[in-house]
Amino acid sequence: MTAPDPASLLHPVAAGADLMPRHVVRSRLLGRRLAIWKADDGFVNVWEDRCIHRGMRLSAGVNDGAELVCQYHGWRYSNRNGNCVYIPAHPGEAPAGGLRVATFACAEKYGLVWSGGSPDAEPPSIPALEGGEVLVLRSLPVNAPAALVLEGLAGYSFRPTAALGTDTPITTSADAGNPHSVTVTATTTGAESSVVFFIQPAEAGRCVIRPVLSAAPAPEERLATLRHHARALEELRAQLEDSSPAEAAVALPLATLEPLRSGGTAGAAGGRHPQLQVRVARKWVCAEGIAAFDLAPVAGELPSFQPGAHLDVHLPNGLVRQYSLTNGPDLTGVYRIGVKLVPEGGGGSRCMHQSVHEGDALDISTPRNNFTLRRDAARTLLIAGGIGITPLLAMAQTLARQGLTWELHYFAQSDDHVAFDEMLAPLAEGVTTYCGLSPQETGAELTRITRHYGPMQHAYLCGPGPMIDTARSIAAEAGWPTEAVHFEYFKNESARDDSSAFDVTLARRDQTLRIGAGMSLLNGLRNAGIDLPSSCEQGACGTCIATVLGGEPDHQDVYLNDSERAAANRMLTCVSRAKSGQLVLDL
Amino acid sequence: MNASVPQEPGAAILDLWHPVAIREDLRAGETTRTRLLDRDVAVGLDDDGSPTAWLLTGAQHDAAATPRLLPTIAAYEFAWTSLGTPPEEIFKIPECDEPDRRNLATFSVGVHVSAPRAVENFLDLGHFPYVHAGILGQAPRTEVADYRVEVDPETNELWARDCEFFQPQAAAASTDGQMSQYTYRVPHPYCVMLYKSCPTDESRFDVIALFCQALSADRVLFHTFMSVIDEVSSDAQIRAFQTLVSAQDKPILENQTPRLLPLEVGDETSVRSDRASVAYRRWLGDLGVDYGVIPRGAHR
Ligand code: FES
Ligand SMILES: [Fe+2]
Repeated sequence: MTAPDPASLLHPVAAGADLMPRHVVRSRLLGRRLAIWKADDGFVNVWEDRCIHRGMRLSAGVNDGAELVCQYHGWRYSNRNGNCVYIPAHPGEAPAGGLRVATFACAEKYGLVWSGGSPDAEPPSIPALEGGEVLVLRSLPVNAPAALVLEGLAGYSFRPTAALGTDTPITTSADAGNPHSVTVTATTTGAESSVVFFIQPAEAGRCVIRPVLSAAPAPEERLATLRHHARALEELRAQLEDSSPAEAAVALPLATLEPLRSGGTAGAAGGRHPQLQVRVARKWVCAEGIAAFDLAPVAGELPSFQPGAHLDVHLPNGLVRQYSLTNGPDLTGVYRIGVKLVPEGGGGSRCMHQSVHEGDALDISTPRNNFTLRRDAARTLLIAGGIGITPLLAMAQTLARQGLTWELHYFAQSDDHVAFDEMLAPLAEGVTTYCGLSPQETGAELTRITRHYGPMQHAYLCGPGPMIDTARSIAAEAGWPTEAVHFEYFKNESARDDSSAFDVTLARRDQTLRIGAGMSLLNGLRNAGIDLPSSCEQGACGTCIATVLGGEPDHQDVYLNDSERAAANRMLTCVSRAKSGQLVLDL
Repeated sequence: MNASVPQEPGAAILDLWHPVAIREDLRAGETTRTRLLDRDVAVGLDDDGSPTAWLLTGAQHDAAATPRLLPTIAAYEFAWTSLGTPPEEIFKIPECDEPDRRNLATFSVGVHVSAPRAVENFLDLGHFPYVHAGILGQAPRTEVADYRVEVDPETNELWARDCEFFQPQAAAASTDGQMSQYTYRVPHPYCVMLYKSCPTDESRFDVIALFCQALSADRVLFHTFMSVIDEVSSDAQIRAFQTLVSAQDKPILENQTPRLLPLEVGDETSVRSDRASVAYRRWLGDLGVDYGVIPRGAHR
């Protein structure tokens, strides 16, 4: 008989009770060091115990309930998928896509946490433990290889709880039901109980015995039962370590433990193609004219995103629309978006409102992190108009969870238009809503809100074009530097002119293309085989950005701020063109 | 997977000067035993009070055997020796000669990590708000501004210039937060120093140095040295400050895996603020350093 490959099975790595809230547990499996932590949503993460940055043990880090924070430089890794979501040394930038810690499969059964093997591997099923409450006994590390330990365990002898303190004769039988556990059953008149020993192969020559008792004793018998087994197990350990030949401890080869593959990461792919399939898990009306959607993955875990991120939704009618994610770090397992119905619009919102239903499948892009939230500000002002609340809601929740100083000012048409009440409620202290104000009244409030600028303060604006324009000029008058005012327009409402023709030189390829009137730079690049990623394709979202090495760009976007425009070193290729006859791009 | 410990040092390490004792701790007529590069070394004072060191091998653990004398010098409050053929002089720290300076060996502690990991930690601004919170950094002021790294073509020393970081209490004599300007200098694979704007005299720089004594490939004695212009703090206060900072680094360093520093660029993930660390790894590789590191291409 050939033994099954140990890496294809799940092994116990911890007791469920070890996973205290906001704790990180260390373990070892097949020679790998593991960091195990439970998030506030109940998800158990089994990760390689090593930060990808400088090798710090993640088990020494902080579990904040939604993210694990490395102790050395504060890199933050997200619950479920292990994506790196924040690098404190660079607060203004989203971490590159694809940065993630190695994660392993995980399951909970019989009061134990199981890991290792392939994603569809399962913990063993043991008849003696089915259909009743079980009691996890104290685990026992032994310096002996797994095979020897299993042999020795068959000799375990104990009394069923009901027969403790009596001297009725006991019969014991052992059953090695599978290659990684052994069930020892003790029977006496009127009482029977089983202890199942699971083996955690920690590393060559060392394993951890994890015993589980079949019928959990009544509370008053618990202590006596635990004592009885503690004594019996200690004796057993001494025997096992004595009988383990020294060479066996070194010779045992270990299977390798393979981490799970990535479930996809944000921002890596080119073009404007869907990258993920999701299902509408919930759809509801969350305010007058606003439908909310929870999008759940069809398979695997959703990639992480930064607060402020948006995604492209590829609609059943062929349109592609951008929606900001509202989730804070606590809402996991879905992407939550809000869609405002614009009856006179191009048909995107109408399709989402009328033709997309719960249970429907949708194609989406991975999240695009172009509206990045800094988490190093002394004070953060969030100013939302209408449906512009969506990205700022994600930001407010993130800042609140990290205990930073922030205010959210939300301008809506009326009380009935205030969206996502249930997400705003826990944030209440920081939120001020303004309903039904005229443009003049709005301007007066914005003046009041922005009147105290101080160093290390940042403002984030999202809303209708005229409101953002007003807020930007008011903030500038109040002394806010352009670098401190971040904004996202819904769409680019400025008149655009694509009548110019120019040459573009691609520095890395030493190639020059002609961009004629009526053709966008982005499409010209695509025709030449350079598939830049894009999303809104109207100069609002920043996805198609390129670095300019020479020439003068003719900026026609609403993404860059004035100092970024003046610097002339980056441009949005979907709408911007050249003022000079030639541009040089870092492509 | 990991290069195995112990390793054998090549010439790039053997021929260097290595610190083996605090000069002040040596007493006439007494010898101190220590380890250097996995060997037993004895240190003492000769008749005219200069430090002397010799190698202890096998029978030489007996006082009767003739010891192999090692080259020895005294510099920057330490006794230095070499197991190979060292250069005539040790690297210069000219500031130490200024008359109003206080030069002192501040704190030494054993750390279970390689010397290069310790040097890299010293070169690293990004860990201040996390490891030295309230002293050298304070969340959420975590940004590491861009800085320059260069190898001096004449001396072949590695420099990181124009480093700047917000610090709540940058030195023993400072009372409130400031943006500190730093310059780092790596004159030796296992030694690193920083120059930082002095809180009591803006135009001058305090010098803080880390001299690593590599006990073995993955164990180090972490010696700190300071040359400061500070008329306010006592020696004990300056030492207490450095002791606190080093004591905060020790558990971090001991929880890094692997303990040896990987020189292959792709082995760990670096960002822009790690450019000093990336340059240091490349510089070590170019010097042929093979001890305390996982050389390029050595595994996987
Ligand atoms: S080692 Fe984990 S953040 Fe740097
Ligand atoms: Fe440090």
